[in-house]
Amino acid sequence: MAKPDYLHFFVDPNRCIGCQACLQACTECDTHRGESMIHLEYVDRSESVQTVPVVCMHCEQPTCAEVCPADAIKRTADGVVQSARKPRCIACGNCVMACPFGVPELYEDRKIMMKCDMCYDRTSVGKKPMCATVCPSQALFFGTREQIEQLRPMSTPINTFQFGAQTITTQVHVMVPRALATRASYVDVAAAMEERPRSRAVSLKVLSGPQADGVPSETDPFAGVEV
Amino acid sequence: MAEVPVDPIRIIERFGPHLSWMTGARLSTSVDPDRLVKTHCCFCGQQCGIQLKVRGNEVIGFEPWEEFPFNRGMLCPKGVKRYLQGSHTDRLTSALQRDRSSPSGFSSLPYADAIARVASEIARIQQAHGAGAIAVLSGASLTTEKAYLMGKFARVCLKTPFIDYNGRLCMVSAGAANKKAFGIDRTTNPWSDMVGSDVIWVAGSNVAECSPITTNYIWQAREQGAKVIVQDPRITPVARTCDLYLPVKPGRDAALFAGVLQIMIERDWLDHEFIRDYTSGFDQVAEYCREWTLSRTADVTGVPQPAIAQAAEWWGTAKTSFLFHARGIEHHSNGVQNSLATINLVLASGRIGKPKSGYGTIVGQANGQGGREHGQKCDQLPGWRDITNPEHRRYIAGVWGIDEQELPGPGVDAYELFRKIDRGEIKGLLSICFNPKVSLPDNGFVTRCLDKLEFYAAIDFFLNDTAWHDDVVLPGSLQEEDEGTVTQVEGRIIKINKAVDCPGEARQDWRIIQDIAQALGRPTGFTFTEPREIFDELRIASKGGVADYSGVTYEKVTQQLGVFWPCYSEDPKTGQPTEHQGTPRLFERGSYNPVAKGNGPFYFPDGRARFNVADYRAPVDDASEDYPIYLTTGRVVSQFLSGTQTRRIGPLVRQYAEPRIEMHPRLAAKLGIADGEWATAETRRGTITLRAQVVTTIRPDTIFIPYHWPGRKSANQLTVAAQDPISKSPQYKVCGCRVRKAEGAPPYAAILEPQQ
Repeated sequence: MAKPDYLHFFVDPNRCIGCQACLQACTECDTHRGESMIHLEYVDRSESVQTVPVVCMHCEQPTCAEVCPADAIKRTADGVVQSARKPRCIACGNCVMACPFGVPELYEDRKIMMKCDMCYDRTSVGKKPMCATVCPSQALFFGTREQIEQLRPMSTPINTFQFGAQTITTQVHVMVPRALATRASYVDVAAAMEERPRSRAVSLKVLSGPQADGVPSETDPFAGVEV
Repeated sequence: MAEVPVDPIRIIERFGPHLSWMTGARLSTSVDPDRLVKTHCCFCGQQCGIQLKVRGNEVIGFEPWEEFPFNRGMLCPKGVKRYLQGSHTDRLTSALQRDRSSPSGFSSLPYADAIARVASEIARIQQAHGAGAIAVLSGASLTTEKAYLMGKFARVCLKTPFIDYNGRLCMVSAGAANKKAFGIDRTTNPWSDMVGSDVIWVAGSNVAECSPITTNYIWQAREQGAKVIVQDPRITPVARTCDLYLPVKPGRDAALFAGVLQIMIERDWLDHEFIRDYTSGFDQVAEYCREWTLSRTADVTGVPQPAIAQAAEWWGTAKTSFLFHARGIEHHSNGVQNSLATINLVLASGRIGKPKSGYGTIVGQANGQGGREHGQKCDQLPGWRDITNPEHRRYIAGVWGIDEQELPGPGVDAYELFRKIDRGEIKGLLSICFNPKVSLPDNGFVTRCLDKLEFYAAIDFFLNDTAWHDDVVLPGSLQEEDEGTVTQVEGRIIKINKAVDCPGEARQDWRIIQDIAQALGRPTGFTFTEPREIFDELRIASKGGVADYSGVTYEKVTQQLGVFWPCYSEDPKTGQPTEHQGTPRLFERGSYNPVAKGNGPFYFPDGRARFNVADYRAPVDDASEDYPIYLTTGRVVSQFLSGTQTRRIGPLVRQYAEPRIEMHPRLAAKLGIADGEWATAETRRGTITLRAQVVTTIRPDTIFIPYHWPGRKSANQLTVAAQDPISKSPQYKVCGCRVRKAEGAPPYAAILEPQQ
């Protein structure tokens, strides 16, 4: 069995509410029960409740596999990048250092790298991954392109990421506000990292109303509140 | 006297809360379940469909249930890990009695002896002090069958008027407002109606943490063009990206709604035709709103003028809309007025009783809806009937086979019940599904009252903090050990299915109640052999009432994946038997209901909805010179209510282990408190020392403390017992407080685990 090629994984951090249902459900998986392979990060909790769920992006040319000296990381024919294979993995951690998205983790106690495999035990038999099934905000969505187009008219799926000179194309798509996606068909990650930080790490789209270009404003809704 | 028998730390050592983790069959990837049981989550009022994996007599995991239409497989972290409450080391598997000679303060006794003891104590107290010296406290996480039985048991078996339930801490303000405005108390539309609305207004509801599944409906509505307005003192996850955030000062909601309605009146953003044909009382409301000018509204509420004007414009000019609220505006001494004020906005817009246009209050507990319809409230009889209405009394007395004269009159609300204990009027208490020592405000007072009881027995599956005061504990059932129905947030009746048997000597709750009735020598009416029989009697008892379940059967619920009440066995118009499918949407134009009899869509004889003057009153014990900061309380996503269940589930505790005091960096800087440092908050009732969480996502004049923990970590040591005069809802969401940097860690930090 293989993951049906018309079903895709979409991540929309804009929808994420940080509830961790994905992490909790990931630990129920039949292949790595008790461990979550998905990460959920606060961008900066002191400034915002914004959280970002991170699954394996399942790169077309996985950097993790390319740097693996033991050839332990395999990509299936249907494009799913697997956890390291047990007899081969030497727990060197190269993949952990190399992954541009920060996904693989080394389990020192077991001397092996494990990571999200898009719930291959589920997706290869036509089910949705556990995290995308339970996600109450559907920040994690698994379905067809037609479904995502119909359900998310405000954003566009993007699966090309620029890290300096390296272009990475992934199986997993990230939903980008449509207004921003018209400027470029890829996300320039390195450039974004060098962007001058805003006065607030995460902006609040509040009193000033929606912005034309999709860039949120930085109005402090509590500016007038006396302490 | 029902005092805690030994040092609480000894009780905690034996009875927890300890943490359960995935072990054994739950961790193994080579163990398959014997079967999957389609049922629902045991926690909040969303009642998400879920399949429990069962092996032998143990729930070993879950599988999403994607066919159930409300959540289609979605779950929050509580739903995912709810199965870990089963096979728990803290689980009560035998009856207990207070025993000071036992290190843990309690010793086991045979179930039959425990029942005999409870019955003889009830009989003794009632003989000496009258039937009303015994009170019953029950809860809205019980199935509707059990909730119905508790009301019947109190009135028919114990013959006491004193029964009330923990919904008093939950939705009563919304319920009372719905009754006054619509004549019926239910969310008007299925949630799917939200998608396609022009505007969604979320008033006082931390949707992402308290009703997570609703988030997807809101986000989907926004994808389809809805503007989202969020009114909250905190920038909650749904507020973060909303289109308009109204940073309201705690306790000022009625003023905000009046100000918005005033702008709608000034700009003539009203549905005159709807107001004329389907409502009454608009003129008095308009008269009241006149004093709520934009500048005054902004001054009182703390919401900037442009934001109020923007909200009024979006709401006023929308073609379709959905407004919902939750405890944020309801948990107030002015909670009914706050709720009525939202309804006024809805009625003035005319956007109700139509596809894509609705109003609702988000149910908090599993059966927050069904649990408030069938008679465990102090003033209510089944079918949402009124215990003071002679016709209603006669009907229910007939169903119960008693003389109407024997049926007690109205009792008192749950908090007043404690005041009666304090005054010595109530001497014995039987409780189920209620942990008032953690959940009631000013819980130091509640603890003193518990100490005064001559006799206290609780039915529970874990020894919760209140049950430490018990003379006898009867081991009850977890949700997955019984079957029955609950009614979820949309008014949809759904079926809870049994997955496993009760362990040891534990019993299904309704059997325990019937065993007590039997032991009291008053078994008549308490000889049901399965929940279905209770439900069938409830169908008759509810027939003809506003909450009419007469056409609902277990089969129909299962086949249709839920039935929206009212669901009639006889057509209310013709009186002929009917195969009614239920009522997903209320108040549709031209709809017929048994109260209005064709005069209109609302549940009053004239068929009209009521505008009610929704008066703003400042909170009781408001912020003042001595207590200058607002304290507000609420939930976190991984915990539920008093934590009796969720503080025993390891992965949920790890997610958020201990309460923190959330405060803005400007306030923290003024007080000299850094993130993670110990801080002490103090109100007129008590103090609490917790670590500070310094975040910009809360009003700088307000602190927030989640309420799921007991003892010295309990937020309700601080809250005020002021109650709404109509609904008797406590004012959990605001009181004046002061905060200082703590001298050091509190003594509990070295003794207790985070969840304890």
